[in-house]
Amino acid sequence: MADPELYPADAYHEHASLAVTERPLARAGLMFVAFAFLAIFLLLPLVVVFEQAFSRGIGAFLEAINEHDTIAAIKLTLLVAVISVPLNLVFGVAAAWAIAKFEFKGKAFLTTLIDLPFSVSPVISGLVYVLLFGASSLLGPWLKMHGIVILFAVPGIVLATVFVTFPFVARELIPLMQEQGTGDEEAALSLGANGWQTFWHVTLPNIKWGLLYGVLLCNARAMGEFGAVSVVSGHIRGMTNTMPLHVEILYNEYNAVGAFAVASVLAGLALVTLVLKTLLELRYGAEIAATRGH
Amino acid sequence: MEVRVSNVRKEFDRFPALRDVSLDIKSGELIALLGPSGSGKTTLLRLIAGLERPTRGTIFFGDEDASNRTIQERNVGFVFQHYALFRHMTVADNIGFGLKVRPSAKRPTRAEIRRRASELLDLVQLSGLEKRYPAQLSGGQRQRVALARAMAIEPRVLLLDEPFGALDAQVRRELRRWLREIHDATGHTTIFVTHDQEEALELADRVVVMSQGRIEQIGTADEVYDTPNSPFVYGFIGESSSLPVKVEDGQVWIADRPIGLAAPELTDGEATLYFRPHDIELLDECNGCIAGTVAASRRVAGTRRVELEIGGGRERVEIELPVGHPAAQKSRVAFRPKRWKVFPKVVE
Repeated sequence: MADPELYPADAYHEHASLAVTERPLARAGLMFVAFAFLAIFLLLPLVVVFEQAFSRGIGAFLEAINEHDTIAAIKLTLLVAVISVPLNLVFGVAAAWAIAKFEFKGKAFLTTLIDLPFSVSPVISGLVYVLLFGASSLLGPWLKMHGIVILFAVPGIVLATVFVTFPFVARELIPLMQEQGTGDEEAALSLGANGWQTFWHVTLPNIKWGLLYGVLLCNARAMGEFGAVSVVSGHIRGMTNTMPLHVEILYNEYNAVGAFAVASVLAGLALVTLVLKTLLELRYGAEIAATRGH
Repeated sequence: MEVRVSNVRKEFDRFPALRDVSLDIKSGELIALLGPSGSGKTTLLRLIAGLERPTRGTIFFGDEDASNRTIQERNVGFVFQHYALFRHMTVADNIGFGLKVRPSAKRPTRAEIRRRASELLDLVQLSGLEKRYPAQLSGGQRQRVALARAMAIEPRVLLLDEPFGALDAQVRRELRRWLREIHDATGHTTIFVTHDQEEALELADRVVVMSQGRIEQIGTADEVYDTPNSPFVYGFIGESSSLPVKVEDGQVWIADRPIGLAAPELTDGEATLYFRPHDIELLDECNGCIAGTVAASRRVAGTRRVELEIGGGRERVEIELPVGHPAAQKSRVAFRPKRWKVFPKVVE
């Protein structure tokens, strides 16, 4: 919003921007530091991943991917993401709605609670599930009696992933919804809309870009989660191994090409997410700016 | 639609925003709720709309008790201070929103909604802007769209919360005149909130002056301006001068002299005299008058404001004189207020 190009005729802004503009040398220096850092710490590792994956040619790469356990891991990862992302979409919107639009007791507590998955190590989150659903836990015997398998199976992996990725959507939406206030909703209600119509026609369009960012980030993390999933999965090859876990197993077996091939697929999925986000931003940039308050 | 507010009290977290407010609004009236911030005027408007529920008391729409009706059931048009236009919808979609969300039995056809939207745009003098988005409109235009949107649902009452508060002075004056015209043309019962007395006095049939959660006075512009019924209204509306006085034997005294004002209905004791600076007569001889020495004099538009020291400089009052009046040059001026009021000193 503070882009000086938006006010070409406004002399005041030109002066203001001149006053805060660094000299060319400083500017070049800052840009160099930023780019060098990104190149060394982000771009280089990514390149290495792909380089290693294809180090013995495309044939070896395809062979590594086209292995039974690998395909099972890819399927499982996608399944977990497909279940946990929609769940967190609903939870996130509900939590953000409650926090941003209502006053109630325990609001500060709820806000803190939402941050919990970020502040607690994922390994601990996983252990909590083991304590809850494990054979020696309180719930364990009951679950066993009813034939419900949570730990070392897909439900446990989904639960752990949901827990770890919960904050993404909510954190993205809360500041946005707080800033927008309740004026639009009140206007819709006064015009006769019911609660659902208000949400669908007014609230959702107002938050859709923030929601999309939150979902994309949530998705990236859901596919990449290692720690919590590692504790609850049991590492059964071809059954409960997600892609990150499978990468680790292959790596520990000195199967570098296999490990990096799977890693490159995982990285590819994340890159697709990022590219999607960038494309959307380019395509709807003006609209995004407009819905972020005028 | 008549609106009757009966003994309404509203508390937020046990803090009273309105204390026992009663107000009768006639059908087709244009009413201003006027008061400083924190006076409860917006709370009263939101209670009438149904955006808040009263802690105690009743709100009637006609003969029907509307207190427990939802905002949707009350069918009111509400115009928000910051417009609250839906920014992802075009102007036409904004105006048509209230019709579009009706249950299918009562929903007009698409073409009918579109026709109605452009009709209302004509009414608010924005014809041809159907396809624009709110971000592409000026503040004044947005407010007009907000009004058209509120009127689209054929509301029983039109409620406006500081409708011109966010606009600059020029646009404000224009829209004020225009709102009056629209009101006269459509005949909606209209209630608007403002802290701008000029706006309230110029626009409204009756003005409701509020302070600290209470209604101080209800009346036409002439009534609240010429005969304020409390020190607050004297001070809040228009300009006023005040002097500490004493009431004794049905006469008003300053120090040890009666000033020629009879107040037979007041009990003896300390009091404060209020009058308008322009509502005075100058006296040549002083047998019963307020006399003072000119301390300062300044030119205000077509008149001259003179500040007088009364009783040896302890008190100062302002009076208004014609620019060429000889008294303005004199060092000693004697006058008597033509219209005035004495309020007993409130023991705190």
